[in-house]
Amino acid sequence: MSLTDLAGLCLYFMMLSFLAIGGAPSVLPEMHRYVVELHALMSSAQFAQLYSLAQVAPGPNVMYVPLIGWHVAGWIGAVSTMFAVIVPSFTLTLFVAHLHARHPKAAFGIAIRRGLTPITIGLLFATVWILLPAVNEDWRGYVLTALTVLLVLRTSLNPIWLLAAGAVAGLTGIV
Amino acid sequence: MPPESPELRVGALELFLAFTRITLSSFGGALFWSHRAFVERQRWLTEQEFAEILALAQLLPGASGVNLAVLVGYRFGGSRGAFASLAGFLAAPFFVIMVIGMLHQRYGELPLVHAALTGMSAVAVGLLLAMGVRMTTVLRTRLPWLFVTLTFVGVGVMRWPFLAVVGALAPFAIAASWRGRQA
Repeated sequence: MSLTDLAGLCLYFMMLSFLAIGGAPSVLPEMHRYVVELHALMSSAQFAQLYSLAQVAPGPNVMYVPLIGWHVAGWIGAVSTMFAVIVPSFTLTLFVAHLHARHPKAAFGIAIRRGLTPITIGLLFATVWILLPAVNEDWRGYVLTALTVLLVLRTSLNPIWLLAAGAVAGLTGIV
Repeated sequence: MPPESPELRVGALELFLAFTRITLSSFGGALFWSHRAFVERQRWLTEQEFAEILALAQLLPGASGVNLAVLVGYRFGGSRGAFASLAGFLAAPFFVIMVIGMLHQRYGELPLVHAALTGMSAVAVGLLLAMGVRMTTVLRTRLPWLFVTLTFVGVGVMRWPFLAVVGALAPFAIAASWRGRQA
């Protein structure tokens, strides 16, 4: 891949960074269109594999982006796409944080933040609702999810053990 | 009104390390681990403050975990803190994912990894749900529950576009909290 192509890819990712409201998954179809359909940088199956690799790894899901960059242009591709997708939204978030810090006690600002709180919680439940059938193949997965909720809320067990138990359950074919 | 936690400053290095720890335990999403670290363990933020920061992180463009790191970092350490938190949040996973990518290229799809992932995903959804349940303690009256329900039904059950649902509900939710403040 030439540097001009890489620059084009990065510019495109920068634009998507501004559009990614609701998180990185919301621009996934658009990335797929650019990388697979328009520019044929990889097959659809490769794209899906890179995305699921990023899900396995610790850290934010957005890590599929440098993986795409690495696949098409090596290390320079990885680093430049990472910056391309982070810098625009980071700048905007920093700007908003700065504005907010200047007027922390503005009554209307407080009303906005308090007002949006229930919407945030509703969005969390919506995310769970959408993820549940996607990650759980049958009732045994749902039992595992329900057990997790119970143990987190009722015990002080470190949740990393729950993730480890989930891995064992997957490996032994329980779920 | 819930009490605000006292003004707290945290050094850049401590923020960097806090977010490195969070991000390395973040299988299936960083939100649960951020909540656990800041609200339950270190108690840097109250439940209400965390909910407000998370609301902003979700509404701003970009990955919400990344935005949350930047907002928390800025709050405790200004611009330096925001940079340190962002770097802590992304640096370690960046190298981990590169190694995984290389292994994948060499050895291809590993069925064992896929099997383990199936079980871990079921747990990760449970973690997110438990966090949501904990966060509902900030809802002190009945009216906010209406907005929780409407958002859940609109985005989750009906699968309407996120922006349309939030855009339609936000003015009413904000008006309700403005009136509640004056009451």
